[in-house]
Amino acid sequence: MYDSASLVSGIRKGDPRSIARSITLVEREDPARLAVLKAINADIGHAHIVGITGPPGSGKSTLTDKLLKELRSRGRRVAVAAIDPSSPFTGGAILGDRIRMQRHADDDGVFIRSLATRGHLGGLSRATTETVRIFDAAGFDDIIIETVGVGQSEVDIVRLADTVVLVSVPGLGDDIQAIKAGVMEIGDVFCVNKADRDGSERVIREIRAMLEAAVMNGAATRFSALYQALDQLKAVDRTEGQSSPRASSSGLFDQGAAHHIARQPPGHDALEIPAVIPTTAETGDGVSRLVDEIKAHEAALVATGFLRLRRHENLSWELGNALADRVLRRLEGEDRKIELADLASAVLDKRKDFYEALGILEGSLAG
Amino acid sequence: MERKIRVLVAKPGLDGHDRGAKVIARALRDAGMEVIYTGLRQTPEQVVNAAIQEDVDVIAMSILSGAHNHLFPRVMDLLKEKKIDDVLVVGGGVIPDDDIPGLKAAGIAEVFTPGTPTTTTIEFIRNNLKRKV
Amino acid sequence: MNDNDTIKKSLEEYNAEVEKSISKFPERKKNFVTGSSAPINRLYTPLDTDHIDYVRDIGFPGEYPYTRGVQNTLYRGRFWTMRQYAGFSTAEESNKRYKFLLQQGTTGLSVAFDLPTQIGYDSDHALSQGEVGKVGVAIDSLADMEILFDGIPLDKVSTSMTINAPASVLLAMYIAVAEKQGIKPEQLDGTIQNDILKEYVARGTYIFPPEPSMRLITDIFAYCSKEVPNWNTISISGYHIREAGSTASQEVAFTIADGIAYVDAAVKAGLSVDDFAPRLSFFFNSHNDLFEEVAKFRAARRVWAKIMKERFAARNPKSLMLRFHTQTGGSTLTAQQPDNNIVRVAIQTLAAVLGGTQSLHTNSKDEALALPTEEAVRIALRTQQIIAHESGVAETIDPLAGSYYVESITDRIEQEALAYIARIDAMGGAVKAIEHGYIQQEIQDASYTYQMDIESGDRVVVGMNKFQVKEAPPTGLLRVDPAVGEQQSRKLATLRAGRDNSKVQAALKAVEIAAKNSDNLMPHILSAVRTYATLGEICDVMRGVFGEYQQKVIL
Repeated sequence: MYDSASLVSGIRKGDPRSIARSITLVEREDPARLAVLKAINADIGHAHIVGITGPPGSGKSTLTDKLLKELRSRGRRVAVAAIDPSSPFTGGAILGDRIRMQRHADDDGVFIRSLATRGHLGGLSRATTETVRIFDAAGFDDIIIETVGVGQSEVDIVRLADTVVLVSVPGLGDDIQAIKAGVMEIGDVFCVNKADRDGSERVIREIRAMLEAAVMNGAATRFSALYQALDQLKAVDRTEGQSSPRASSSGLFDQGAAHHIARQPPGHDALEIPAVIPTTAETGDGVSRLVDEIKAHEAALVATGFLRLRRHENLSWELGNALADRVLRRLEGEDRKIELADLASAVLDKRKDFYEALGILEGSLAG
Repeated sequence: MERKIRVLVAKPGLDGHDRGAKVIARALRDAGMEVIYTGLRQTPEQVVNAAIQEDVDVIAMSILSGAHNHLFPRVMDLLKEKKIDDVLVVGGGVIPDDDIPGLKAAGIAEVFTPGTPTTTTIEFIRNNLKRKV
Repeated sequence: MNDNDTIKKSLEEYNAEVEKSISKFPERKKNFVTGSSAPINRLYTPLDTDHIDYVRDIGFPGEYPYTRGVQNTLYRGRFWTMRQYAGFSTAEESNKRYKFLLQQGTTGLSVAFDLPTQIGYDSDHALSQGEVGKVGVAIDSLADMEILFDGIPLDKVSTSMTINAPASVLLAMYIAVAEKQGIKPEQLDGTIQNDILKEYVARGTYIFPPEPSMRLITDIFAYCSKEVPNWNTISISGYHIREAGSTASQEVAFTIADGIAYVDAAVKAGLSVDDFAPRLSFFFNSHNDLFEEVAKFRAARRVWAKIMKERFAARNPKSLMLRFHTQTGGSTLTAQQPDNNIVRVAIQTLAAVLGGTQSLHTNSKDEALALPTEEAVRIALRTQQIIAHESGVAETIDPLAGSYYVESITDRIEQEALAYIARIDAMGGAVKAIEHGYIQQEIQDASYTYQMDIESGDRVVVGMNKFQVKEAPPTGLLRVDPAVGEQQSRKLATLRAGRDNSKVQAALKAVEIAAKNSDNLMPHILSAVRTYATLGEICDVMRGVFGEYQQKVIL
């Protein structure tokens, strides 16, 4: 009943069971998934992939719940992949994000899937990328990926999402330090949740200062190159005396969708940094503006051609990564372990040198 | 190829006593299962939709309010309507013995009453999955 | 009198002897712990209570810090109120049960509402299906409330109502029924639970988010302080926190932290502490560990008195007194060999009485199986009466005071509770700690540890994990007629057709306007109730203005 052909036609029709079963195949790394993924390859690439990341306790699930509500009110169909950690000891997991979104369980336009990391580091589960492809083929307009939320190791999301929303929150103290230490570089859109709490103004100021410092120091950010490209588009606009058709149709330069703010410190050029948006997910305050910002970012990606560029980079990375994975797995077999041990003995006994042994190993893996 | 048992722990109805549901959720996790907890006040429709999207092997429901004779069979009816026959459904809570045969006839595989050790539930789940491991 | 040095010396000799004997005959267990898993020493001596200053720390009954009780004659004056929680099915059925209980010698009523009522849904709401009349009585409108108290003079009984999120609506209905009986609000005596914070952490019958919920509560405080002066406006409840699996210390800590939050809210709302604090009451659990439970009640009184005096500068002694209702521990009852539960309830009753409770509900032996039958309820009530009249423990006040053990654990529980309260203060109070999920997490951890101790056999529950027998399924359990839901729905249809709906709409509009601004909601709710607006209609109006709470679950 669940052969790949029926799964594929089910996915294309948006049938929840087919989608769910296919994700299970992906999670189990079942060989049957390959036929499904191959068949839907032509159907993907239309959805806007949004990552939600931030420290534990920043309210990511509640925010995702409210994003769902807002996106639904804009008529968009939304799928969510919510990732939680597996216990390293038992392999079990409590996938708790769904609780906050469960009110959407009756809505046909929403699909929520909880994924356990199953030992994978980096903030996502191994199955996330392919889960997103299945959602995409099923015709969801927006796909939200909620990462585990452990801080600095949340790097996978930049390889998968078109738009990464970095959620901060007042009152976590040291987390700002964690953000300084590198996570700041992964955000496209910045949000300070629980903005009704004391200290939210300060967090907003701090994030702005960090973003400005990053730009001044020429640090790697996700937004600088995009803004330069946008400025060029705007310049073309101005010289041509009219809106570029792509930009205007996306509302890119509308006043309501201010995607970044500019500041000119004394002695410097104008700094362009993303807006830092206060939200209170509990009440929904600020969520509409956050969605505007997420959508403006998408529009900017489309208008500048960065969307394809980014996806291209991500795919290159994924291919390389998958290959490395395969190689690593080949090293896991019993025969390989014996071969490795033999080669190591040979090097130790000076019968072979290290690179000679490596060459042999490489040859036999390729063969 | 990794095979994890996925379980939806659900609280259908209005009853807010979730001590048992939370204990069983933790115990199932500690037994190596992946547990999705729905939270309180779930309608049968919400339970079934979540079970489908999460593609779980097991639905474990807890009711302490006495509404089990209404809510458990309703969940089973919805599963049947959607032609889902490979999910193991178990129930727990303050459920009189007299009600158990009726619930089993409706398709609830087992009913766990107060005092059941979590290990009994875990073992039952492991031995009665409807989808092949 | 021996001085400490002499005692120390003798103790050393004793310990040396003990070492010798346990090397031959080891003790039963390596670690001895209380029902809440706190360590218990082999022996307590004057050295353990040496730091206690009798007058400062223990004092006299009816005197600060009220360790020994809030009344100076306690049960020599009169016994605690024997109050059995009851209610099921329709108002008609429950009315019969109340009359039975009064006839059997209970001295106060305690109303159990069904879940739709507790969550502010009418019986014909989609979510009410299967729940109507199940865990309590279904009340949809004043019409049901009139039947519930038919033939029961409300100036002669005190009535406790376990109602929280929609407490103002049910209190308004009670006041309106009294009016119809010709009884004035100031003659009414009773309690509404009205404790929303523990609903968020332990019991689950919340409706609105914390902020408007706190406002509803302070509105009740303000209204009752003027209009219904003998009403206990809140019953700050540790009972359900303990049922959810907390320890005894956590029960005290989280209950009092909630109490602090209510006092804070009322003071912020402009009330003067001595105007409302005398009407605050508490509600605790009573478990099987006799001494720990007695100590818990004593510690709770002392902690509350100190906080009210030192933190809130209350002047009226009544503001400092922690008066409490007790219910025996439902979660300690077993479905296996249910007759054993009678013994458990007797121990728990003893703990509550030795702890100086003001009122008591004793659970029926069959509550782990179903709603209690009349026979089971009678035994539960008789248990209280035997302890009151035959055991002799009520003849003197706080008889366990001065016990080295009991004073030591009273101290320990106080210290543990104060440490929790300090942590919760640091988070910004109980509301914030609940929003963070901190209190929930602490309770769940304790609950899981307890369960695992039972499963490993470290903790013995007689009949459940030891001394089991094969037994036939119990018979004669109480069943609620499944047709109750339809009956209530029909009653509602008739009600809606027969009332003056323009009056209802106008009254609901007034509630909405009051909810949107800062008017006290109580008078508006009372007016709406009088028009026979239903509970669901009134709550829906408030849902529209206040929104709904979403559960914080941290597993």
